[in-house]
Amino acid sequence: MEAVKVQDIAVNDLPWKIEYNAERCTMCGSCVASCTFRAIKVEVQRKSVTLSEANQPVPVHRQLAVPVIKQVADVNCACRGCGMCEKVCPNNAIRAVRNVDNRRNLLFNRPIKRGGRTNLNAQRTLDKIIVGRISQMTDPSLDSIRHTFDIRSPLGRVLSPKELPVQTDGGKLVMTKKNPPVRWIYPLIFSDMSIGALSTRAWEAVAMAAAYLNERCNLPVRMSSGEGGMPVKLLESEYLKYFIIQIASGHFGWNRIIKAMPRMKVDPAGVLIKIGQGAKPGDGGLLQAEKVAPHVQAIRGVPKATLSSPPNHQGLYSIEESVQKMHLSLNAAFGFRVPVAIKCAASSTSVSVYNNLLRDPYKICGGFFIDGIQGGTGAANEISLDHTGHPVVSKIRDCYNAAVEQGSQGQIPLYGGGGIGLTGNAAADAFKMICLGANGVFCGKILIQLLGCVGNENGRCNACNTGKCPTGICTQNPRLVKRLDVDRGAQRIVDYVLAFDLELRKLMAPIGNSSLPVGRSDALVSTDKAIADKLGIQYVC
Amino acid sequence: MCRIGAVKSKKPVYPSTALRLMLPQQEGHDNSGFAMVMQDLSGVFALYKDKPLLSMACTKQGARLVEDYMSAKNFVKMAEWLPVPNKQKGLDIQTMPYYIFRNYDYPEHYDDAESREALLLDTRLALRKILTESNQGYVYSFWPDVLTLKEIGDPRDIATYFRLWDDNETLLAKNIIVQCRQNTNYKIVRYAAHPFFLQGYTLCANGENTFYTKNKEFQKNLHRGYIGFESDSQNFLYTLHYVLHELKWPLAYYKHVITPLPFAEIAERPDKEILLSIRQSLAHLEINGPNTIIAGLPDGRMMTCCDSKKLRPVVVGGDDTTVAISSEVCGINEILPDRNSERDIYPDEREVVVIGNDLEVTRWKQ
Repeated sequence: MEAVKVQDIAVNDLPWKIEYNAERCTMCGSCVASCTFRAIKVEVQRKSVTLSEANQPVPVHRQLAVPVIKQVADVNCACRGCGMCEKVCPNNAIRAVRNVDNRRNLLFNRPIKRGGRTNLNAQRTLDKIIVGRISQMTDPSLDSIRHTFDIRSPLGRVLSPKELPVQTDGGKLVMTKKNPPVRWIYPLIFSDMSIGALSTRAWEAVAMAAAYLNERCNLPVRMSSGEGGMPVKLLESEYLKYFIIQIASGHFGWNRIIKAMPRMKVDPAGVLIKIGQGAKPGDGGLLQAEKVAPHVQAIRGVPKATLSSPPNHQGLYSIEESVQKMHLSLNAAFGFRVPVAIKCAASSTSVSVYNNLLRDPYKICGGFFIDGIQGGTGAANEISLDHTGHPVVSKIRDCYNAAVEQGSQGQIPLYGGGGIGLTGNAAADAFKMICLGANGVFCGKILIQLLGCVGNENGRCNACNTGKCPTGICTQNPRLVKRLDVDRGAQRIVDYVLAFDLELRKLMAPIGNSSLPVGRSDALVSTDKAIADKLGIQYVC
Repeated sequence: MCRIGAVKSKKPVYPSTALRLMLPQQEGHDNSGFAMVMQDLSGVFALYKDKPLLSMACTKQGARLVEDYMSAKNFVKMAEWLPVPNKQKGLDIQTMPYYIFRNYDYPEHYDDAESREALLLDTRLALRKILTESNQGYVYSFWPDVLTLKEIGDPRDIATYFRLWDDNETLLAKNIIVQCRQNTNYKIVRYAAHPFFLQGYTLCANGENTFYTKNKEFQKNLHRGYIGFESDSQNFLYTLHYVLHELKWPLAYYKHVITPLPFAEIAERPDKEILLSIRQSLAHLEINGPNTIIAGLPDGRMMTCCDSKKLRPVVVGGDDTTVAISSEVCGINEILPDRNSERDIYPDEREVVVIGNDLEVTRWKQ
């Protein structure tokens, strides 16, 4: 008999336990081969069995050495609940089960890093808002199939009517000089997930979906590159116009981007300066050395090392400076032909930032992207994921209202993200955000979930940071990447966006709008009094 | 729902013409009120066409407050018409004690058009504030050669009360814009009845502006005169005023502001740069929902256009001396039965129809 050593790690300390049915197991080994976390292993167990092999019962007692699948009792190899073993098992012999009594937070003697979304703060304001103002009788609903809808959003600095460089000439208006660049795009932006955070193939699948939606479906969906550069071939191709190139504090990939500039055939859709990210505000990007494969090193121009983007853009001390230095230099880099927008983590200070951008005399900020706490990340300290950030819904509303107060709504387009599509229905989320004042939304996590990511807000998988992504999406391991079918993945994103478009019309039609109801808060009601009061919409029950 | 109408004539017409235009359409409205704006007046005001005319309804105390204010601001009273109402029993009308229509001369030092326009607006806004705060009445317009009459009740009875059926020589005008409903889906408020008036621009609308909140939130910062918002149709007037009076753009661009072309169509146009600029910078003035508008411009021209899906009707018909715009053709049939109805115009969703002062009709697609 063994004495209990209480400090030993046992399987029942871990967040997920493997439920294994030896009778069903055929010992094919697929589960062990598929587990990227080495959470299960094959082990030989001594087994005491009584069996009879003769024609008549002749029971014999034997001690056998039998191979079994066993969970590894080690926090470093803890099961993540990704379910690959269950997926691959031909005989339903194994599955991961959540262990509610786990002691995970107590076992790690260092800060826990993981990817995915917040496990706390996943409450859904948007689900307590209903599109409650239905057009009937005097103002008829539109027909979502028969009528035409104009679903486009601006990306770029919009001038106030009195600032427009126009004059009357012979009864017609003519432009006296150029407007700042404004792109009219689809109100759903594929959010910034870098090559590096994503496998090249996963990034490619998202990019393929974006290109297909543009070329074949007439939906001008734009994709942000993420802070990791882009393949030179793409930079020098016609497809660059579908991409918003991101620059973040690490400036990763910009060496190549700048070198490719003279050979760019078209301008990119925009440049997005990432100041902060909703899932880990105040913290820079992080790409662990495990994921810095040779091609990532090449694109980013770095050695194999853990790549930390600083929390701040070095040398920027104020919003004014940010506007002058970064916006101006990036605007200048592309000849003032490409809108330059900025992305910040939602924060209780977002309105101040937005006000400053609105008042900037150069009028060169082409969009304000606010990223809420429910957004995803490839790697973060869990404490940041769960305990820092700010919900995005009221923040978008606050910023919009601040602009309304000054009569400058619409001049710097507002895009909201961070949890859009958290429950799977991005169209409803987007629509409500738009009614509250957003010009559009951006989403990332749902795209990789469409590709096959199994992570969720309840601690499932979320191992994006480890390089062991079991779906081949967030890893640079070539064997794992092969698990991802790029074409099918892209197709699922395309199908989803087409459904999104249809659903958006299904929401616009009943409120009688054929163009986006930006700021039409009167179309919304809330079943929660506090939410209704905060957002300035009708409370209903 | 509303029905709206307008009469534009080479010869001054009586208000009864406007009433006869509207009454056949009564199945489409609820007969809950009557409102009209008359422009290019004859009758009692013919001699004072260049002097601002104040149109108001108030109590005795309200009248005194207004008089005090006007004399304090050095306005000089020139002429006045106080209707002598027919107070017969059984009329469906919610009357105010006094209806005052009074011409003033400008105070000294207001010699140029711009300062006069500002003065008249500021005066009307000040009077409105005084009367609203004291709850003593309503001021509808203060502008040369423009008279506004609004009241709650059955339009026929309102006309009887003001003796409009008599066709006496007191009230006549070449341009009348009219509506027969105390319009609003919400509270009955006199200010919510269109036509609305601002600095020479008159407008009434038949419909529902589903971008009311957007429009309102944007407009309230654009101009001090953009106030009230008792009706979602005021948005149309304020945008008309903004585009023509503030931005000083040609009339053709009004339609591009309220019902911009779809992006795909803009891309095909030679003037796409301008149209896109308008669409993006004036996005919050776009209207949605079913609408028809009829507007009167400061120079006497009238225009009509519809929403971008043509969800509300309107028809323009006329003869050599009179042109009428009406929600329904039955109204025009009543006042112009002998016109050639084959020449009636039913504007489509992209069309603007303008009637000039010589009754020449101009129409174009936006």
